[in-house]
Amino acid sequence: MRPEVFKMIDRVVAIDPALNKIHCQGLVPQESSIFEGHFPGHPIMPGVLLIEAMAQTTGWLILARNRFEKMPFLATVKEGKLRTFVVPGQNLDLYSEVLHEGSGFVVARTQGLIEGKLICNAELTFRVLPWPEGKMKAVVLKVAEHVNFPLTDIANA
Amino acid sequence: MSSTFDTVANIIAETCDIPRDTITPDSHAIDDLGIDSLDFLDIAFAIDKAFGIKLPLEQWTQEVNDGKATTEQYFVLKNLCARIDELVAAKAA
Repeated sequence: MRPEVFKMIDRVVAIDPALNKIHCQGLVPQESSIFEGHFPGHPIMPGVLLIEAMAQTTGWLILARNRFEKMPFLATVKEGKLRTFVVPGQNLDLYSEVLHEGSGFVVARTQGLIEGKLICNAELTFRVLPWPEGKMKAVVLKVAEHVNFPLTDIANA
Repeated sequence: MSSTFDTVANIIAETCDIPRDTITPDSHAIDDLGIDSLDFLDIAFAIDKAFGIKLPLEQWTQEVNDGKATTEQYFVLKNLCARIDELVAAKAA
């Protein structure tokens, strides 16, 4: 994980064959510039970045469902709960499950755990839109390789 | 029709915190009720769940943007409810 550049996911662990659920992991680094301010001498993962980690987890699931045809953009965070502090060195297990896929949007339930203990959860809604002009899709596909996204499996699913 | 309208009106009232008695079949969701596109996602989610359908929002938006339809055709509530009834009937067929 490199939270200072919003790389919250280290790897996609599993996506279920029905493409309804995903499991990702991210190791909170010992060193990051975000801890210089949050907080000096008392490093804690910012809650907004835990939301971001859950959003990115869900994002990979939505990309799997639409075979990278469109890009999910976070639109709504409901019932977001940050239950305990997350500190450097802890490994986040992130899970997401699609509740509903509508026309141009997806609603998902997502949560983060550390050593099996629930530490954050939320219901997220994404707008799912055509890729913007430019290199965004190529960049996302490259990141997919880095996080072990099962591109071949999804293409053949 | 009336039960569809009641369900939709109740969803809108609850989702957007709009007084139920101000929502009529002739209300335009955007122009009269002030519902924005983000709130409409919540409404669409609730309608999809309540009726077991998938409102074709992308198609409707495209048609409006292309000038092939007006927002009134889809977002005046009596028209929205008629579309919902059509989708429910098509699903049952």
